[in-house]
Amino acid sequence: MRVNFTVNGRPQEADDVWEGESLLYVLRERLGLPGSKNACEQGECGSCTVRLDGVPVCSCLVAAGQVEGREVVTVEGLAEYAKQRAEGGCATGACGTSLDEAKSWQAKGSDSQTGEGTELSPVQQAFIDAGAVQCGFCTPGLLVAADEMLERNPNPTDADIREALSGNLCRCTGYEKIMDAVRLAAARQSEGV
Amino acid sequence: MPANGAPTKITQGYRTKGGIGESTLRPDGTLKVTGEFAYSSDMWHEDMLWGQILRSTVAHAEIVSIDTSEALAMPGVYAVMTYDDLPTEVKNYGLEIQDTPVLAHGKVRHHGEPVAIVAADHPETARRAAAKIKVDYKELPVITDEASATAPDAILVHENRDDHHAGHVPHPNIVHRQPIVRGNVEEARKRADVIVEGEYTFGMQDQAFLGPESGLAVPEEDGGVHLYIATQWLHSDLRQIAPVLGLPEEKVRMTLAGVGGAFGGREDLSMQIHACLLALRTGKPVKIVYNRFESFFGHVHRHPAKLYYEHGATRDGKLTHMKCRIVLDGGAYASASPAVVGNASSLSVGPYVIDDVDIEAIALYTNNPPCGAMRGFGAVQACFAYEAQMDKLAKKLGMDPVEFRQLNAMEQGTIMPTGQPVDSPAPVAELLRRVKAMPLPPERQWESSEGADVRQLPGGLSNTTHGEGVVRGIGYAVGIKNVGFSEGFDDYSTAKVRMEVVGGEPVATVHTAMAEVGQGGVTVHAQIARTELGVTQVTIHPADTQVGSAGSTSASRQTYVTGGAVKNACELVREKVLEIGRRKFGSYHPAWATAELLLEGGKVVTDGGEVLGDLADVLEGEVVEVEEEWRHRPTEAFDLRTGQGNGHVQYSFAAHRAVVEVDTELGLVKVIELACAQDVGKALNPLSVVGQIQGGTTQGLGVAVMEEIIVDPKTAKVRNPSFTDYLIPTILDTPTIPVDVLELADEHAPYGLRGIGEAPTLSSTPAVLAAIRNATGLELNRTPVRPEHLTGTA
Repeated sequence: MRVNFTVNGRPQEADDVWEGESLLYVLRERLGLPGSKNACEQGECGSCTVRLDGVPVCSCLVAAGQVEGREVVTVEGLAEYAKQRAEGGCATGACGTSLDEAKSWQAKGSDSQTGEGTELSPVQQAFIDAGAVQCGFCTPGLLVAADEMLERNPNPTDADIREALSGNLCRCTGYEKIMDAVRLAAARQSEGV
Repeated sequence: MPANGAPTKITQGYRTKGGIGESTLRPDGTLKVTGEFAYSSDMWHEDMLWGQILRSTVAHAEIVSIDTSEALAMPGVYAVMTYDDLPTEVKNYGLEIQDTPVLAHGKVRHHGEPVAIVAADHPETARRAAAKIKVDYKELPVITDEASATAPDAILVHENRDDHHAGHVPHPNIVHRQPIVRGNVEEARKRADVIVEGEYTFGMQDQAFLGPESGLAVPEEDGGVHLYIATQWLHSDLRQIAPVLGLPEEKVRMTLAGVGGAFGGREDLSMQIHACLLALRTGKPVKIVYNRFESFFGHVHRHPAKLYYEHGATRDGKLTHMKCRIVLDGGAYASASPAVVGNASSLSVGPYVIDDVDIEAIALYTNNPPCGAMRGFGAVQACFAYEAQMDKLAKKLGMDPVEFRQLNAMEQGTIMPTGQPVDSPAPVAELLRRVKAMPLPPERQWESSEGADVRQLPGGLSNTTHGEGVVRGIGYAVGIKNVGFSEGFDDYSTAKVRMEVVGGEPVATVHTAMAEVGQGGVTVHAQIARTELGVTQVTIHPADTQVGSAGSTSASRQTYVTGGAVKNACELVREKVLEIGRRKFGSYHPAWATAELLLEGGKVVTDGGEVLGDLADVLEGEVVEVEEEWRHRPTEAFDLRTGQGNGHVQYSFAAHRAVVEVDTELGLVKVIELACAQDVGKALNPLSVVGQIQGGTTQGLGVAVMEEIIVDPKTAKVRNPSFTDYLIPTILDTPTIPVDVLELADEHAPYGLRGIGEAPTLSSTPAVLAAIRNATGLELNRTPVRPEHLTGTA
C-alpha cells in the first residue's frame, strides 16, 4: 500500500508498504530516518517514541496505515519543532516546510563526524551538557518524551519528570543525569536562555 | 585557538583546554541527540537483504531432520543455510573453548540455539521463511543443575572434550574448577567464637543493552567481506569469524558500527558469522537485526549461582576463616565461564583480611541458556553472598555492620587468598566511612499537606498504600573487583596517533580498535591526546581492524589499557615532534637542547614555562605517526590445585548505602536512595565517572529487586524473553544516587587511574538486600527479591 503523511513538517509518501509494517519500520527503513530506535519493538522501552499529531506514541506499536494523513515528529525534527514552538509558530508541526527550508534541514549536521554546528533544541543541548547520553540508544525517545512534557509542564517537579519518563528505559545512566538534563532544560527554558 | 605566528610569551601555568581531569563533553553527543549517530541496526545498503535465524524450540534434542524446501521456494528468499552449507571444516567458535556450533549439528543443547539461517528481501519474508523450515527434534533429558549435571548417569552436554580444562575437572559436565587454599581452615576455626553459615542463590541476569544485536555484512570484490558490527572487541570477533568463512583475516574487514550498550553481552559472537555467510552465499549485502525476543536468546547472560559460605570470627570481631563453594551455571556452551570461575574464586573472600581460606568455584555445563560475561564478571555473585555473611556475623557479635567490616577491611599490603599482595591503595574502610557519613534522606517523604503522595511510596501510582505497613531499612555493602584481563592473559592494546597541521592548526588523530559502547572511551582518548600533545583539536578515527587490537571493552580495562596505549603513542609522537623542532629551530634557543620540553596550548614550552615555538611551525610540512602496542604489567595463572598466583593487575573498590522502604503487607520495595563511594584513582572525566557509577549501581539495583531470566527447571526453556516479563529499572524504580568519588592514585597505572565500570555493580545489590533485611527482619538468601519472598507466600 501507499502511505501519505507528514514527517517533521515535510510531506512524505511511502510506497510498497506491507500492511504489517509499523510506523517505526517505515521511518527507519523506507524514509531514511533511523533516529527513532528499535530497542524492543513491543512498546515497553520507549526508544521509538515519536509524536503523532502532537501525542507521544511508541512508533513500533503504530501500524503504518494508521498514520495516513497525519503529522509525525521524530527526533530528527525535534530541533526545528522546538524552534518553531519558541518562535510562536506552529507547535504541532502542521505548518509544513517550504522547499528551501526542507533543503536546509537536510543539509544539517555540518561536521559529518561530530555534528558540530548543528542547531539543537534546549532539551537536546541539556542532555549533552548534563552527561545524560552514554550509549545513546534510549536518547531519541527520551528527548521526544521530555520535550513534550516540558511543553505541557514548563516547571516540572522531580516526581513529574519521573512520571513522564517512566515509559522510557535507559540501561546506561541510572537516570540521574537524565533527571539533571531535564531540570537543566526546564531552568534554561524558564530563564529564556 | 592557537594561531599561526610568532610565539606568545607565556611564562607558566599554561594548560591545554579539554585535557584529562576535565568533564569534557562527548564527541559523539550531538550526533546521538539528533538521531544521526549510526548504530549497527541503522546500517543500510542498496540492494540489501535481511537475514533471519531459526532457533531451536527445545533445550536438548537430537536433530532427526531439517527440511528447508518450503522456505527456499518462497518468493523473495535468496538463501537458506544449515550446518551442511558451512564452507570449511571450522564449524565451531568460542571465546576460549571452541565449543559453540555456528549452526546446530545433529543436536541442540539449549533453548534458542541457531539451527538455520535465511536471507530474503524483506525482514518479514525472512521471518516467515524461517518459520517454514521443518526441524524434527527427538528430545533428550535436560541437565539443569549441579545434581543433574554430575549424577553418575548424567548425559554429557559435550562429549569427547579435548579443551585445556578437560583434564583437570572432576566431571565432563564441569567447564572449569578453581580451588584456592591458603592457611589452615581447620585450625583457624578453633579460634572462632562465632561461626555463620549460609546458602545463597543468585538469579540469572540479562545485560539488556538497548541496541539489539545487529550488523551489516557487505561482500567485497576480492571475495572477502566487510562487516559493520556492534561488538566489544573487533579483533576477537575477527579471530573467530575468519576461519569459519575460510578467509584470511585480511579479507574480513571489520568496522565498529554504533553500539547501543554492551555490559558483557557482546563479548561473544551473535549474528556476525551468520550475516557474513549469507552475504558471501548471495553476493549481496545482508543485514541482521534481532528483535528483543531474539536478543534474550542471542547473547549469554550473567551466571546464576549457588554459593555456600562459612565464616568464623572472634568475640572482638576479627574474622578467623572462610570456607566457600561457588557453583556457577555456565549453560550449554563455555563462553567466558573459565574466566568467570577464576574471578569468583579469587575474589570470593571480598575486600577483607582472612588468612585461612578454603575456596572452590566451578562452572557447570547444563542445558540452560549459555552464560558468560556481564559487568562484574563472577565478582558480583560472590559479593552478594559474602556481604550477607558479614551482616550475619555482625548481628551475631552484636556489632555495627559497618564497624565490623572496617575492622576486617583490607588495605594496601594485604595478601589476597591467591598470595598476591595488594600493592596500591585499598581504601575499603574509608569508602565505608564516607557512605555512612552522607546525610540520610528524610523519613516519610511521601507525607504532604494534601495527604500522601503515592508516587513516593512503594507501589507508586498503583496506589497500594498511603504509608500503612511501610517500614524503612538501611543496608551497607562493599566489594572488590579486578581490573583488566587476569590469569596471565596477554592483555595489550594498540593505539595509532598522528599529528599534522590542518588549516594552519596542529591536529592530532587517534586511531584505535577500541569499541565505544557508551562508556565514553572516545571522550577520554581525545582528552589524553590534548594533555600529551598540547592540541585543542583531536580527531577520533572510527574503530576498525585496520589498526591493531585494542582488546575488549570489558573488565573495566579500556581507560587503563587503551587509554594507556594512547598515552604511550602520544608520548612517542611528542618525542618525534620535539626532534623535528630541534632540527628546525634548535639553533635559535639553547633550551631546545637542554630543557625538558612539553607540548602545551599548541606550543612547545620548557618545563619552566618558556615558549620555544608554535607546534604549527614545527609540524609545517611534516606528518608524525606512531602505532604501538602497550601492555600493563604481566599477571600469572592461578595454580590449579592451590589457586596461588599473582593473577590480577589492579583492584577496584566501591561501597554502597541503600535506604529502602518496604510495604510489608504486599512485599513491595521502593529504594529511596542508593549512595555510593568509590575510589577511582584519577577521574579522567569526572562527569563520565559519575555516570558510570550511577549506571552500574542501577544494574545492581535491578538484580536486587526485579531482574531475573526465569528458566523452567523441567524443560530448560526461557519463560520471560521480553521487556514485558523481564523487568529492568525504570526512572520510577531508580532512586537518587549520590556519589562520593575518591582519587587515590595507583602508581602502576596511567595517570594513577583505576578501572571503574564494574565495582559499583557489585556492592549495590547486597546493600539493597541488607536494607530490605533491616526493614523486614527476614533472612533473604536469594536475589532478586520478589514480593512473595517478603510476604511469606513464595
